[in-house]
Amino acid sequence: MKFVTVAGPPSSGKTAVLIHTIRHLLEDGQKVTVGKIDCLETDDGDRYRKLGIPVIVGLSEDLCPDHYYVSNLEEILALAKANNASITIVETAGLCHRCAPAVAGCLSIAVIDNMSGIDTPKKIGPVLSTADVVVITKGDIVSQAEREVFREKTGLINPEAEILEVNGLTGKGSIRLKNIIAGASNVDTLANKDLRSSLPACICSYCTGETRIGNSFQLGHVVKMESI
Amino acid sequence: MNDNISTITVMGGRNKIGEEEPIRRLEIKGGDIIALVGPTGSGKSMLLSDIEQEAESDTPSRRRVFISGNNGSKEGIIAQLSQTMNFIIDMTVGDFLKMHASSRGIEETAVVSEVINLANSLAGEPINMLDNITTLSGGQSRSLMIADVALISNSPIVLIDEIESGGINKLKALEMLSLKGKIIIIASHDPLIILIADRRVVMKDGGMCRILETDEKEKELLRDLTALDNRISALRDTLRSGNAARVCV
Repeated sequence: MKFVTVAGPPSSGKTAVLIHTIRHLLEDGQKVTVGKIDCLETDDGDRYRKLGIPVIVGLSEDLCPDHYYVSNLEEILALAKANNASITIVETAGLCHRCAPAVAGCLSIAVIDNMSGIDTPKKIGPVLSTADVVVITKGDIVSQAEREVFREKTGLINPEAEILEVNGLTGKGSIRLKNIIAGASNVDTLANKDLRSSLPACICSYCTGETRIGNSFQLGHVVKMESI
Repeated sequence: MNDNISTITVMGGRNKIGEEEPIRRLEIKGGDIIALVGPTGSGKSMLLSDIEQEAESDTPSRRRVFISGNNGSKEGIIAQLSQTMNFIIDMTVGDFLKMHASSRGIEETAVVSEVINLANSLAGEPINMLDNITTLSGGQSRSLMIADVALISNSPIVLIDEIESGGINKLKALEMLSLKGKIIIIASHDPLIILIADRRVVMKDGGMCRILETDEKEKELLRDLTALDNRISALRDTLRSGNAARVCV
């Protein structure tokens, strides 16, 4: 079983890219199961189901989606095994657009788009810096010059990653991504595997439902801005 | 660094109806300008996309594309221009060009004014180094993109999809791009651009159907067309600078 995580900011084109890529995988006879993690609501489950593959959608609701994602990775793998899948793909946006942590030993793909601006690569942290493959989308609507600068900035944040340009509308470039996924190494279990980055700590009164503003309501791990 | 590209070879695949496409082999050499012609939906963009991806029988057309002469690294060998592209970055023209040049390993800042001068020689309204790049007009953006690809991207292969913005000196733009032995492949409906090309590939139902050389009669026609295009440009300048049009120059 190949276990692949795909992360990136909302609307960067993760689902569009994956739908083209999965279609190529299915043509090659692979059996794919998708786990989609989102916060409140998503229609992406239906988009994947149209490919005729098993899909599980998890909504984190009141929880941090990244903590929720990590806590459910084994469950998604178990579902894929029950469906005799050869490839499991977990797609997640994360909440603060920076963690969605990759799993050591499993192929990790980050999806970012040219429209998000050239400072994006340095803003999004481990999602990008720990990925094995960085997919850059929406290259058809920005200038060649901006694509080149964006690609260079991406390479500075993650010099090891393979950078692919994929068009989520036409699927251009998705065959390369399919080949990378098909060539990923196999895993049997996720238990005892490590995340490539830790998740931000956040245990304060607001995590447990506090809604009032004011120092007296702020308990736990509270950090104040300096020099104000 | 990228000047050693010599040829692109496209081995024919199949058209949209699954038939073998008539052209089995297309060879393109450095310095060639090739036009792709055919109605909308005939497969021009797909051919450009196959070349961009160096297809290996793995795209719907099943074409194979070989780019020879480069030393392994494919990064930066292909630049693209299309009508759908925009500048989106919040920066001045000068700062952005400096940043792009530096990402291409060019540290001399002289290239910034060279790009702006070249862009200004292609279009009517002059671009200033201090203009914000997102506020440029369509024609200014297009001419700046062309000048930038010619001087900073410096890729040996340029793929152009439907770039026919009015007010740009097309002949000069293509001449600038094809300098230094670049290969230019341009999908177009514009007779002027089609005839500037040395050869044109006629696309039909997703397949490469015929290859035609621009012949002597057509080259003659191109001179007439260029004169006509110049007259239209002059008339455009007259009208947009607030003058009345009396004589068709």
